[in-house]
Amino acid sequence: MRYLGGILATVIALGLWQAIVSLTGVRRFILPPPALVAETWFDNRALIFEHTLVTATEIGLGLLVGAVLGIATALTLAASDFARLTVRPILVFTQALPVFALAPILTLWLGFGMGSKIAMAVLIIYFPITSAFFDGLMRTPPGYLDLAQTMGASKWRTLWRIRVPAALPSLGSGLRLAAVYAPIGAVIGEWVGSSSGLGYLMLLANGRAKTDLMFAALLTLGVLSIVLYLTVNWLTLAYLKRHSPGV
Amino acid sequence: MTAAPGIRFSGRASVDGVAVFDRLELVLEPGGWTCLLGVSGVGKTTILRLIAGLPTGAAFEGAIAANDGAGLGARVAYMAQSDLLLPWATVEENVTLGARLRGEAPDHARARRLVADVGLDAHAAKKPNALSGGQRQRVALARTLMEDRPVILLDEPFSALDARTRAEMQELAFRLLDGRTVLLVTHDPGEAARLADKIVVMTETGAEEVATPPGSAPRAMSDPAFHAAQAALFARLGAA
Ligand SMILES: Nc1ncnc2c1ncn2[C@@H]1O[C@H](COP(=O)(O)OP(=O)(O)OP(=O)(O)O)[C@@H](O)[C@H]1O
Ligand SMILES: [Mg+2]
Repeated sequence: MRYLGGILATVIALGLWQAIVSLTGVRRFILPPPALVAETWFDNRALIFEHTLVTATEIGLGLLVGAVLGIATALTLAASDFARLTVRPILVFTQALPVFALAPILTLWLGFGMGSKIAMAVLIIYFPITSAFFDGLMRTPPGYLDLAQTMGASKWRTLWRIRVPAALPSLGSGLRLAAVYAPIGAVIGEWVGSSSGLGYLMLLANGRAKTDLMFAALLTLGVLSIVLYLTVNWLTLAYLKRHSPGV
Repeated sequence: MTAAPGIRFSGRASVDGVAVFDRLELVLEPGGWTCLLGVSGVGKTTILRLIAGLPTGAAFEGAIAANDGAGLGARVAYMAQSDLLLPWATVEENVTLGARLRGEAPDHARARRLVADVGLDAHAAKKPNALSGGQRQRVALARTLMEDRPVILLDEPFSALDARTRAEMQELAFRLLDGRTVLLVTHDPGEAARLADKIVVMTETGAEEVATPPGSAPRAMSDPAFHAAQAALFARLGAA
């Protein structure tokens, strides 16, 4: 039933797209018909695959590094009152800066390679992961903490054995959000300056009025993002279901 | 387990300057069951949490002391109204939680014995969501016993159970907590009449001891004296 809905939505979208092209007679370098995009995609599959690999690597590494940094920050904030007092305002302030504005600086510092794109993805997902996990760590059911106190638990063991496991569902939400944001970060990085990746391919195609190739790259990026989200979604939910069933 | 101490609780508690209870005197006999009754909001949970050394919303002035002069902190186990089982841990892991939280090696043999005592040996490897409400409460009881503390504080531990499971749990707890100083908060006059060595009814102006039915606990529910005591206690609560 779920798949049926997805298929139906795709068919309707393609139908609408084709109808707009046929009815308005819009020129193909403005809006190419779906069949042409599919053909272009197939003819350029090696090229598209190569650039997809680059973008996927940037997103994957960005997610990994962002998750590690976010988890470490949330743990530090949860464990230390001093860190909460000092680091949190800095975090909130940096969050007020539009991350997009940092892209040119990152490119300047880290160059045109993958580094600046990974950094961009990390910057964009770091805060959602940190804040989701931190919120979870601070919202431990008070009864669990009472239990730990009467049992004579140390602060660290309470953190490790109770607060962290109780916060894993929140971390899961943070990671799912990150899976949505990470591709945006990588592509913005590619737009600002790069020599490979789907974002680069889109700019290149656009510059040469190859709108059909641009659409092919765009749709590939969409599929990549959806596959990434579904994977992270499935992994986190499957893990949580095994880890703390019934929550 | 070390010898169970008697406990004397006296004092007043207030929230924002308004007294919750005033000049309250409560004495727990060593090794006996004291049942504490009283209308909702009169401060029963507050007393339990104060004895357990847990934070409360109220400001307390008074004294809480054991009759042997030693501190209470590490001698108290507290079983709250909800079972507080960790959903990510199995029954056995929940029962051994205390040791793991203290960085000690859990005594698995003893944990398994207690799990068997509460009739859950077939469920030791399950997680709490695979258990019924009564079974979960039995795990919480096993976890409380595993701590092996001489003072046991029970906050309406059986109130969520059906009548039959409740009666079973009462007997089980009574048997397994033998020799400990127990303070049981309950809304159920029948529970108090059945289990108590001492019944205390709490009101805003203090605590008053009420006579227990004859015979030693746990009293048979078929006994007419039990019914008379239950009815009297019910009337007493209505008047409070
Ligand atoms: N965290 C808190 N902050 C402020 N007031 C509180 C807090 N906890 C309890 N109180 C107040 O203290 C009083 C006593 O509460 P307590 O929980 O001890 O009552 P209780 O006798 O256990 O009631 P019940 O039978 O409903 O469990 C209540 O009036 C309540 O409003
Ligand atoms: Mg209460």
